[in-house]
Amino acid sequence: MTAAPEGGQRVLTGTHFMLGDHACAEGALAAGLDFFGGYPITPSTEVAERLARRLPEVGGQYLQMEDELGSIMSIIGASAAGARSLTATSGPGFSLMMESIGLAAMMEIPCVIVDVQRASPSTGLPTMVGQSDILQARWGSHGDYGIAAFSPASPQECFDLAIHAFNVADRYRIPVFLMLDEVIAHMTERVVIPPAKEIPIHRRKGPVHAPGEERHLPYAIGDDLVPAMAHAGEGYRVHMTGLTHDERGYPALTPEIHNTLVNRLVDKVRLNAQAIEIYDEYELDDAETVIIAFGCTSRSARQAARLARARGSKCGLLRLVSIWPFPEQRIRQLLARGTVQRFVVPEVNLGQLRREVERLTQLPIHRINHAGGAMPTPKDILEVIP
Amino acid sequence: MTASPAVIATSHPNDPLLRADRFPHILCPGCGIGTVIHCYVDAMAESGVALENHVCVSGIGCSGRAAGYVNVDSYHTTHGRAIPFALGIAVHKPELRVTVISGDGDLSAIGGNHLIHAARRNMNLTVICINNFNYGMTGGQAGPTTPRGSMASTAPHGVHDRPFNLPDLARAAGASFVARWTILHVRQLREAILRGMHNPGFSFIEALSPCPTNFGRANALGTGMDEMEVYRQRCRIADSLPPFDELDIDLVDEARPIVVGNFVDIARRPYESV
Repeated sequence: MTAAPEGGQRVLTGTHFMLGDHACAEGALAAGLDFFGGYPITPSTEVAERLARRLPEVGGQYLQMEDELGSIMSIIGASAAGARSLTATSGPGFSLMMESIGLAAMMEIPCVIVDVQRASPSTGLPTMVGQSDILQARWGSHGDYGIAAFSPASPQECFDLAIHAFNVADRYRIPVFLMLDEVIAHMTERVVIPPAKEIPIHRRKGPVHAPGEERHLPYAIGDDLVPAMAHAGEGYRVHMTGLTHDERGYPALTPEIHNTLVNRLVDKVRLNAQAIEIYDEYELDDAETVIIAFGCTSRSARQAARLARARGSKCGLLRLVSIWPFPEQRIRQLLARGTVQRFVVPEVNLGQLRREVERLTQLPIHRINHAGGAMPTPKDILEVIP
Repeated sequence: MTASPAVIATSHPNDPLLRADRFPHILCPGCGIGTVIHCYVDAMAESGVALENHVCVSGIGCSGRAAGYVNVDSYHTTHGRAIPFALGIAVHKPELRVTVISGDGDLSAIGGNHLIHAARRNMNLTVICINNFNYGMTGGQAGPTTPRGSMASTAPHGVHDRPFNLPDLARAAGASFVARWTILHVRQLREAILRGMHNPGFSFIEALSPCPTNFGRANALGTGMDEMEVYRQRCRIADSLPPFDELDIDLVDEARPIVVGNFVDIARRPYESV
């Protein structure tokens, strides 16, 4: 390994030609990453490799764990002690993390998980593209809880969304997923990194009183459903548990308290969905055909929409930047306009996103699916557009 | 006879160390987990480290409830994963004294991989493994520490496979302090925990404990006090790690000693960040 060209610079301000996985790592660093715990897995390994070199240079801690069960717990523990913490994995490792993702949701400990999707199930095609973890991201751990998931469509967005992911995780005290796919992770493009002072950093709120001044209730909520977070070592003597708990953080094993708690975990995301969700629109104003796509697939979709327009077809694209929350309200608005006649949903899985669209409409939905290893081309999509 | 109100204590010296508002606790009569918690808080008080700098992390099970009763920053995590959670805290804030208190099944079965890797790194953690020879909370199932021949709800014909020698496992994996005591040995157990807190590397302390409700009943060991009597009669203290087979625990064979002691206490380079 050659010496680090970046020195100890946390934010690599400037214009770069950068790999998606590396841009993810740089975005996390720019967001103030303190701790990375991970286990190597294709196609996410470049995130870990980049951070193994860069993170210690800027005063952070890199730890290679024994497995993904340990990786996810190490980042939840570090976050409990106040760190901005990250792990990166792919489908098989993501599956292993699911139980403790539920712990992070239940304890309300923010953390960011990069999942670079590859062709699945099982070991599948480890080096080839997939987009088939998106329902697992939403529902993978047992029970009901709130999360957010973002899907970059370029290395630039890998950088930008890594920062956003940390801010959302801290704001709502939830696990946040950065759902890359192998194509975006291994794509090299221009990435512009702004000056450090222009990086938006919004950290989790802490208790308003000093430790010992009055009793800190770790799960007392104010007006926004999100409790203030005290960290290990700050003197507040918190207790946190994965059991159903009261506002003291103590186990409180009654159906009533459970119902209230779990509803709040879901509501703090559900009721703030429009503040969290991000989407990008292309030529939707008069669209009769609406393509809904994310990640690498959205790049083919944009080209297909462009080509369709060129031949006179009223086609537009709703590109999902956040998959969860799913921009349900925006789709309802489009439907209410009455001009939309059909949807096209291309994805590298057998219809996971399509199910979400089906919930909202009786209109025809053209599905363009590949189980993984290859992504839909613009031509594949163009073929179903009238 | 009625006690005079004058002699009824309204507080205990350890009250500030415990979450007294959580009492009564969930533990059964005769269980040893409370004794281990007591030894832990005594060690904290003696450690010279401010309580604000102590952190307790537990996994799942009866022993996993320990974190819920101590009045320091405390986390009751997922089954088997207390060690990596604790490790995240210890690495991010190395000034904290992080102690993991959990059970034998939690730490050596479902969490076994984390145990050996934290020992390998000689990470600055103290792990107190309360070994009651079975899964108590779920009703007395066999686990990787259940002595061969013992009865358990999932071993109705007797356990036929070999249990772990936990001290030997911890030593082999790289722990720099390794001890085994029983809850009869409160002073030695407290001292071992204190030693663990001051060891800059990985400390593993096995605390043998009765589980009269499940393991004791299934194996005709009597009450918690009866099992303590077995400890009293049969424990032999060793100053170094005995040969592998001598570490085996057999609660039924009266001729066989139960070897306890501070087996390993060596200076070995602890985990250091880059």
